Amino acid sequence: MSLLQLTGVRTNYGPIEALRGVDIHVNQGEIVTLIGANGAGKSTLLMTICGQPKPASGTILFDGKVINDLPPHETAKLGIAQVPEGRRIFPRMTVFENLQLGATLGNPAHFDEDAAYCLDLFPILAKRRDQRAGTLSGGEQQMLAISRALMSRPRLLLLDEPSLGLAPLIIRLIFEVIADLNKTRGMTILLVEQNAYHALKLAHRAYVLAQGQVVLEGGGAELLANPEVRAAYLEGGSH
Amino acid sequence: MAITIQHHLKGSIIGGLIAMVLAVPFIGLYTVSTDQGLVVQTRWSWVVWSGVMVLVGSLAVALLRDVLSARRAGRPNRAAGTKPKRDDALTAKLSKGFAIGITLFAITLPFMPFSDRYIMDVGTTVLIFVLLGMGLNVTVGLAGLLDLGFVAFYAIGAYSFAILSTTLGWGFWVCLPLSGLIAALFGALLSMPILRLRGDYLAIVTLGFGEITRIIILNWQSFTGGPAGISGIPRPSLFGLSFDRRPPEGLTSFHEVTGISFATEHRLMFLYLIALSLVLAAAWVIKRLRALPIGRAWEALREDEIACRSLGINPVASKVSAYAVGGMLGGFAGCFFAARQGFVSPESFTFMESALILAIVVLGGLGSQIGVVIAALFIVLLPEVGREFADFRMIVFGIAMIAIMVWRPGGLLSQRIPTIRLSSIKGEAA
Ligand SMILES: Nc1ncnc2c1ncn2[C@@H]1O[C@H](COP(=O)(O)OP(=O)(O)OP(=O)(O)O)[C@@H](O)[C@H]1O
Ligand SMILES: [Mg+2]
Repeated sequence: MSLLQLTGVRTNYGPIEALRGVDIHVNQGEIVTLIGANGAGKSTLLMTICGQPKPASGTILFDGKVINDLPPHETAKLGIAQVPEGRRIFPRMTVFENLQLGATLGNPAHFDEDAAYCLDLFPILAKRRDQRAGTLSGGEQQMLAISRALMSRPRLLLLDEPSLGLAPLIIRLIFEVIADLNKTRGMTILLVEQNAYHALKLAHRAYVLAQGQVVLEGGGAELLANPEVRAAYLEGGSH
Repeated sequence: MAITIQHHLKGSIIGGLIAMVLAVPFIGLYTVSTDQGLVVQTRWSWVVWSGVMVLVGSLAVALLRDVLSARRAGRPNRAAGTKPKRDDALTAKLSKGFAIGITLFAITLPFMPFSDRYIMDVGTTVLIFVLLGMGLNVTVGLAGLLDLGFVAFYAIGAYSFAILSTTLGWGFWVCLPLSGLIAALFGALLSMPILRLRGDYLAIVTLGFGEITRIIILNWQSFTGGPAGISGIPRPSLFGLSFDRRPPEGLTSFHEVTGISFATEHRLMFLYLIALSLVLAAAWVIKRLRALPIGRAWEALREDEIACRSLGINPVASKVSAYAVGGMLGGFAGCFFAARQGFVSPESFTFMESALILAIVVLGGLGSQIGVVIAALFIVLLPEVGREFADFRMIVFGIAMIAIMVWRPGGLLSQRIPTIRLSSIKGEAA
């Protein structure tokens, strides 16, 4: 059974139909990538999984449990951690305090170990430990956002465009960390990306979302080789 | 330069004209009581002068600002990244030093040779406002939830004690926690309808809550005494010892037991010390709370509600607790206020009080406890110092407030001091 299973999920913003019947699933230990044009509904999908906005119809199963009606802080308790689009770190707080907030749901006994793990994952954060998070560079803020999400030891990590606005070298680093998390920690990851080339290379499986519907699915390498995908998301792209 | 003067002159002339229009009712007309009753008289020259003053003043400010910004532009830019860290450490150190200094000063003040009734009285007022400021600071400063009706909790605390003591005969020390609790309850109650509100709407609803509370108190004659208020509220006692010359039944008096001759100063000192202990306790509790998950959640809520939710923080619980804790401190302050005055009436709980408390929090720099202390000192003492200016003291007060906000737009202490994680203090020190 899949860790996460969405069937016929529809989400509306008032009259706007952002998701029009989405079926996807994520198995334990997988990296699943979701690509799609701007406005396809990728962020909406991740947010719907978290519980805000709520789906108008369809079911979201997490670990066999229907989580359609749970608010974000409840889905977070079940072990779903989201790194939201645009990072959303706490700018006036220090790097370390951001990590503390990430550990809100975590076991306090694990805190020191997990903090050490994150600071080890991104050594630059260790140097910036007591600095205001708002003064970090964009790449460092993204690293912090990922670290913060890891602090609760989630079972499913949702990443919304982690490479947004980052330099190629930093993008490589971030993707390496994502692959590493999956390999060494067995972390299950649902990754939303514009950077289709990197994201598909990394993914076990992938979906293409267009106008609120899944239009293509398959293995990461398979989609990478797919001429339609190449034409729409890769040709002339930056990779 | 000529161009900039001309450029500013236009704005200044408009400002001066507006000031003259505004000055007509406020300054141009005044009342004189004669044998025939009140008579309205005019003083047009004052109106003209106020227009001229605003014109010259605003021109001076604009030019000064030009000069300052020109000078600032000449200075090399501060590199981001390395600087804030040192500033943080320095601010933290300075704040700590100041906190210790002012605490020692406040504790020793009553025993100083120069401290008289007046100083004790003003000192106690400052402390009440510090306590109120600390309460509102939890809601506005830490959790970022605007509250323009904070005076409601102050009033609820004061009336809780007034009613409990006059009807049931309960003493100050029993009623203090009760008043806080009742105010906290109302804080939680208020937070319910406004969970979804933000900004302007939040301001209006909380403003309404403050006014509704005052109007209910004003009109519920049978329960609150209406406009006449409630008198005969007992004073606090020290382990059953009263500070009154003739102690109420069942109490012995402090001066008889200790053999110190009776002096009203002792009562004032005692009140001052109670207020000081309340403030110190509140400061300590808030400091601890900030480093606990609940306090950290408040601060995170102010920064980014969406991120909070995705980290598993329940925003409803955080908001309710922020209003409740803030309201509780307001309730303590109210209870103490009632005990100190021995009398409460709705007049003490107007919007002006809410505005003053909010001014303390904003001037102090949202979220800063030391900032609250400094701002409360400023807000209470400045009108006192300015007594010689008589009618003009509110103007001086206003100018000083504007000056502070111009020079320190984030408040006196706008640097947020990071919290230290409680459970790992030991580990980190090692
Ligand atoms: N809060 C909202 N209110 C109304 N419409 C919204 C809201 N959020 C998103 N939408 C609409 O829903 C659609 C899907 O938006 P979504 O943010 O999910 O796109 P996306 O795939 O994440 O795009 P991008 O790659 O640009 O981030 C868009 O048409 C958007 O305009
Ligand atoms: Mg998006």
